[in-house]
Amino acid sequence: MASIFDIFFLEAVLNGLLLGGLLALLSLGLNLIFGVIDVVWICYAELIMVGMYAIWWLHTQQGWPLWMAMPTCVLFVGALGAAMHQFVIKPVLAAEPINQLLVTGGVLFLLQAVTTMAFGVEFRNLGVRIPGFAVGEMSLSGARMVAFVAAMLAIAGAYLFLNRTFMGTAIRAISQDRAIMPLMGVNPSRVYLITSAIGGGLAGLAACLLVLQYDVHPAIGLSFGPITFLICVLGGLGNLIGGFVAAFVFAQFISVGGFFLQLEWGYVLAFAFFMATMFWKPEGLLSKRRKA
Amino acid sequence: MTKRHIVAAVGLVALLAVPLFGPGKYALHLMVMALLWSFIYTSWSIMGRLGLVSFGHGAFLGIGAYTVVLLWNHWGISPWIGTVVAVVLSLGVALLVGLPCFRFKIVGHYFALVTLALSEVTRLIIVGLRDHTGGSLGLTPKPALTDGATANLAALQFEDKTVWFYAVLVLWLLALWVWHRVDGSMNRLALEAISEEEDAAASIGIDVTRAKLTVTLISAAMTCVGGVLYAQYQLYINPETVSGIGISLQMVFGVIAGGLFVVLGPTMGAVFLLLLSESLRVLIGNKVLGVDTSIYGLLLVLFIIYMPKGILGTALQKLGAKPGA
Repeated sequence: MASIFDIFFLEAVLNGLLLGGLLALLSLGLNLIFGVIDVVWICYAELIMVGMYAIWWLHTQQGWPLWMAMPTCVLFVGALGAAMHQFVIKPVLAAEPINQLLVTGGVLFLLQAVTTMAFGVEFRNLGVRIPGFAVGEMSLSGARMVAFVAAMLAIAGAYLFLNRTFMGTAIRAISQDRAIMPLMGVNPSRVYLITSAIGGGLAGLAACLLVLQYDVHPAIGLSFGPITFLICVLGGLGNLIGGFVAAFVFAQFISVGGFFLQLEWGYVLAFAFFMATMFWKPEGLLSKRRKA
Repeated sequence: MTKRHIVAAVGLVALLAVPLFGPGKYALHLMVMALLWSFIYTSWSIMGRLGLVSFGHGAFLGIGAYTVVLLWNHWGISPWIGTVVAVVLSLGVALLVGLPCFRFKIVGHYFALVTLALSEVTRLIIVGLRDHTGGSLGLTPKPALTDGATANLAALQFEDKTVWFYAVLVLWLLALWVWHRVDGSMNRLALEAISEEEDAAASIGIDVTRAKLTVTLISAAMTCVGGVLYAQYQLYINPETVSGIGISLQMVFGVIAGGLFVVLGPTMGAVFLLLLSESLRVLIGNKVLGVDTSIYGLLLVLFIIYMPKGILGTALQKLGAKPGA
């Protein structure tokens, strides 16, 4: 086992930091939807998977350049998010929370199966390599660096949107008091639809950044879906800043844990840490509790 | 004896008599699977119907299946002892995850997500221990039926499906009884109060954490036994079929599809899902990957939207009967 000051260990820490940016982006979309609509999309990671396939298909099969394929993907997954709300969530808005969760679970199966039908189970590679770079003796992944910067920009953009625009203010307001907002001249179903589209768009952006680093296959959502859920719970579902911080903590577990052991064990460690945190610091978790 | 009792008695005698008519291997297999899943779904619903929606029961199923097979394959420990070990392990996990969740009032969506992660982590551990568990390739219990033997009680391996039929039938009845007992217990009233308004329940002297933990432990132990039986009956397990998100969601869906608040709801759901997957398999086959799962997912979505109370729940409502009565 490497000593703690090992140069490779530091590399793992830095890579974890870069991964944290991406995870923060993932949890942002999910958190936003939960905070506003009070529904968790279990299939959020699968929307990202669909976005990754969209880019792969447009770029390698249709010959679109990336600068065209990627924005198309963001729009496409954004539309998918809006459709998801309109056709799946809206009919169950008044139903039991378990039914709302389960219905998004059904979409998870559906998306996995439809992409399997369309593209098979093979791993698909985009075939684009962003050169890495070296800092001293460490080599850092270029794709991860790009992803980190883009994720930070997107998060900053979302922050500005939520704080500086009318629609953003309406979204934040509705997440605070669902009942009073219609009286203030805000149409909740419009806000829900727009939030879902933004959440989908963020998933599309995450897809752009992930497809540069990983091969896409129908089950890829499962490799980062559960970790996104844990981040959201640890941060307090619907709490955007809490999710942001939690993302970086978890990324370290995966990166450093995966450095010492296999990747699976990084996830297991992250979960163990999650459970431990709930034992000794529960009040930090739930800054915004569900209404009973 | 009320009419309900007579109907139940006739139904039970009919079920008991099924193997006497020589239904053939395939039909018997389907019935064993239906009863086994009914047992597992009913185990889930014992906590699920009280507002504790676990998306992590795949963890207990996986612990049951893998503990028993690993102990048997590596050390030749009888599945009977293996089951005890597995149940103790499951109780430990349930306690470790349940206690902080209940103490710190992690409810609703939070609880579902935590348990969802638990089932996925269990799958990852099984895959991660691939040197012992065979990873994603799965695992087969060492055969004990050599030299023409058809049954080995110590190894819990039986060639005759009739043995399995009766074994699973007994367990299923036991699960229904437990469901009924929990339903009629003080605990249920407490838990219903809790799922309505947790703080108010606590304020009238209900020990919320204890009440929740009790049903969780019962449910986890039973699901674990279901995992053991699945492994011993199928003689093949892999991480996807006994743990992870897929199977955990399937359990929840089965129960919701059948009817969450009716004693035979989970059973109805198990039969429905089994018939659905079998007919999809026969009609579509495996020619095109993903077709059957697409239909399954689509049906799931439509079902939840248009029949939120489940098949049996909706039927009983139409008949004007009080659900759960």
